[in-house]
Amino acid sequence: MAERHIEADSPELRARWGNFAWTAENAAKAKEVVSRYPEGRQRSAVMPLLDLAQRQVGAETQTQGWLPIPVIEFIARELDMPVVRVLEVATFYTMYNLVPVGRYHVQVCGTTPCMLRGSDDILAACKKRGMKKGHTTEDGLWTLTEVECMGNCSSAPMVQINDGNYEDLTVERFDAVLDALARGETPQEGTQDPARHTVEPVGALSTLTEMAKSNHDYRSEW
Amino acid sequence: MPKVTVDGIEIEVPNGATVLQACELAGKEIPRFCYHERLSIAGNCRMCLVEVKPGPPKPQASCALPAAEGQEIRTDSQMVKTAREGVMEFLLINHPLDCPICDQGGECDLQDQSIAYGRGASRYDENKRAVTEKYMGPLIKTIMTRCIHCTRCVRFSEEIAGVDEIGALYRGEDMQITTYLEQAAKHELSANVIDLCPVGALTSRPYAYEARPWELTKTLSIDVSDAVGSNIRVDSRGREVLRVLPRTNDDVNEEWISDKTRYQVEGLTRRRLDKVWIRRKGKLEQASWDEAFSTIAKAKAGSSIAAIAGDLLDCETMFAAKTLLGALGSTLIESRQGGMAYPADNLAAVNFNSTFAGIEEADAVLIVGSQVRWEAPLVNVRLRKAAKRGAKVFIVGPHWETTYAAEFLGDSLDQLQQLPAHVAEAMQQASKPAIIIGGGGLVAGALAPALALAEQWKLVREGWNGFNVLHMAAARMGALMLGFAQKGGMADIAAANPKVVLALGADEVDFSQFQSSLKVYIGHHGDKGAHAADIILPGSAYTEKAGTYVNTEGRVQFADKAVFAPGDAREDWTILRALADALGVSVGFDSFGELRAAMTAEVPALGVEGLADYGALPKGDAKAKATGQIVYPIKDFYMTNAIARSSPTMQRCSAELLHGEDFAEAAE
Repeated sequence: MAERHIEADSPELRARWGNFAWTAENAAKAKEVVSRYPEGRQRSAVMPLLDLAQRQVGAETQTQGWLPIPVIEFIARELDMPVVRVLEVATFYTMYNLVPVGRYHVQVCGTTPCMLRGSDDILAACKKRGMKKGHTTEDGLWTLTEVECMGNCSSAPMVQINDGNYEDLTVERFDAVLDALARGETPQEGTQDPARHTVEPVGALSTLTEMAKSNHDYRSEW
Repeated sequence: MPKVTVDGIEIEVPNGATVLQACELAGKEIPRFCYHERLSIAGNCRMCLVEVKPGPPKPQASCALPAAEGQEIRTDSQMVKTAREGVMEFLLINHPLDCPICDQGGECDLQDQSIAYGRGASRYDENKRAVTEKYMGPLIKTIMTRCIHCTRCVRFSEEIAGVDEIGALYRGEDMQITTYLEQAAKHELSANVIDLCPVGALTSRPYAYEARPWELTKTLSIDVSDAVGSNIRVDSRGREVLRVLPRTNDDVNEEWISDKTRYQVEGLTRRRLDKVWIRRKGKLEQASWDEAFSTIAKAKAGSSIAAIAGDLLDCETMFAAKTLLGALGSTLIESRQGGMAYPADNLAAVNFNSTFAGIEEADAVLIVGSQVRWEAPLVNVRLRKAAKRGAKVFIVGPHWETTYAAEFLGDSLDQLQQLPAHVAEAMQQASKPAIIIGGGGLVAGALAPALALAEQWKLVREGWNGFNVLHMAAARMGALMLGFAQKGGMADIAAANPKVVLALGADEVDFSQFQSSLKVYIGHHGDKGAHAADIILPGSAYTEKAGTYVNTEGRVQFADKAVFAPGDAREDWTILRALADALGVSVGFDSFGELRAAMTAEVPALGVEGLADYGALPKGDAKAKATGQIVYPIKDFYMTNAIARSSPTMQRCSAELLHGEDFAEAAE
């Protein structure tokens, strides 16, 4: 079984989160989100509202944020929908955290292109720092998750930490990013390869060379 | 009306039919797990794959594919066979091979279909997935490793029951069916998911490990837990009824039954009266039939004898009692134990005239004093369908949790005289308006003003009769047809001060009205009636006698005898027949056949299965007024009759689901 599970409902959880309500700023945002949907379809706002709630929980706990049961029930009340339907959505999408996470949620992509480009080394580097898949380190700084493809294959391997993607990683570059985060700095997102700006080819073009100057129709050559 | 060809058979199918339905019309069996006629289409089990031309060159899920003109459908090709084998192999990857210890064994869709359509062996040798059990309450036992994710249970609770409590959490291989936070399923139809589950994931907790389906004797019967008259199948082994399952009848219960119908039968083996008892010096002592009969004869009641019919009685018992009293010169017969005294001379005025199937088409419904969800859960299902089609529902009475949008107008019948303008307008403009009066409404006196409203709103029109009374007692309509009603109700019986009172399974009577009478209880359970009785004659419960029942829509239905009554208990009519001899009168029948013939000679409608014709509604009295407060008669859904009160499962449901006692078990 997967390690994904819902944080058990407990009196402590209720005491901590039972009074969850939007902050003034988020209340306005939530209202705007709900108003995007036509009359009678307000329930469609469940996904953005869950995300907003997760971010608010994150702001309150100084972490990436997660969705305690009372918060899920709060969203159900906001949208006047059965709470089990909200829970279905929250458990379906892996970007909703169902258990508390650390300050930084390190999501290492382990799908084929990243794996071929060395994601195993990245995971080993995480392990070296005491991170364990599905767990938060004791200092509350890191939570490690292995995730499926994040769509950055051409700058593999990649890691998503909270909202930022860090690409073209090697163990050294990855360590530098983590150290910077641990110091409270904000490392540059995107590719970590100094020779690259985005995902343009590294060095000389190796494929589609004809396309460099002008549009070229390759179809006749296949 | 598209024309399609199924395996070379050309047929015409109704508009909107699916390919699966087309195949069934052509007489082809299509295996399926997630598809169910009464639920929305999910298309997630993939078992119903067929080959359809024109279309992509691959098998298609027939349940979710509309039949279209000129389609060529094949259910017998090699592609279809291979596809079914493949799907079956996938479904069985994670399904445990625990059929020998599974309660679904012998009536399992997966078992049957794997034999008919599977490839015989699995090529999978990895570990199987295991899922923890989920607590779903006292009725549903879960073994979730067996779940194949058809989501029938999720769709049932959302669409039919109207209570969103079951959901599918997580995704892909990790998907799990559960109630929210593993709370008990809390509605009156929850156990229907057991029938719906095509595998052994959801099975009946009280029936766990009791029997195999092939050991059971199946008897067709009628339910008596409410006045709906659900069609049921009683499964028994030896002398014991082990379970009750619904039979499909689109006019009555579709294919659902309430939890009470399903589980009250456990009470049939508990607290039974299986011996004759006579009260001597305030204490009940065992006695013989002869002693009991001679004690009754010694009372020398003559014509001073009354019969009160209980809520669970069949028409034959009531007719036998009526005939016995008639032979003695008495007409003191009454069935409305609680003291209701509405006029019963015109039965159309106390009948559910729209019929259950008809009420689905109503577009404006005014419910007066009925907590439909508890009084007739299956009628509530129909009302939910009507509401989903856009019907406006208004309720006069205290608030209860509806499963559809409804507006509560107030607790008192005053509301009927001063309906808000939008309600009156909705009722007036509706093309099929309906009024439903429940038990609470009848007690408060809603019948007369409702008849006036019926006239004002023209509830009776071409092809539609929207005037409905929803009874709660299975015996009520039959009793009224047999004349078991005094003008003043029970008060008239009490005023006559009869020397002997025959309580026929009557448990809800206030026996303090009959202090000086000899109270004879003829019934099957040691409940309130037996406690008050001077003489107890053990009778038969509804599964132990053949009988005629009339439901609240006036539908005459016949039930068969499933098992024999325990101990000295006899079929009720034979007790009354023997009592006639003891009292020295003749009732004119010696066998059940003769009794039934005499009954149908007197009330011909009781001999014909189907809706009885009660004629036209009486004229409404525009001046009729009622101001009573509405109080719902049912305080506890699971404890409404003597059988249910004796059932441990119903007791636990009542304690856990209604009174919040904690029984939650650790996951097994």
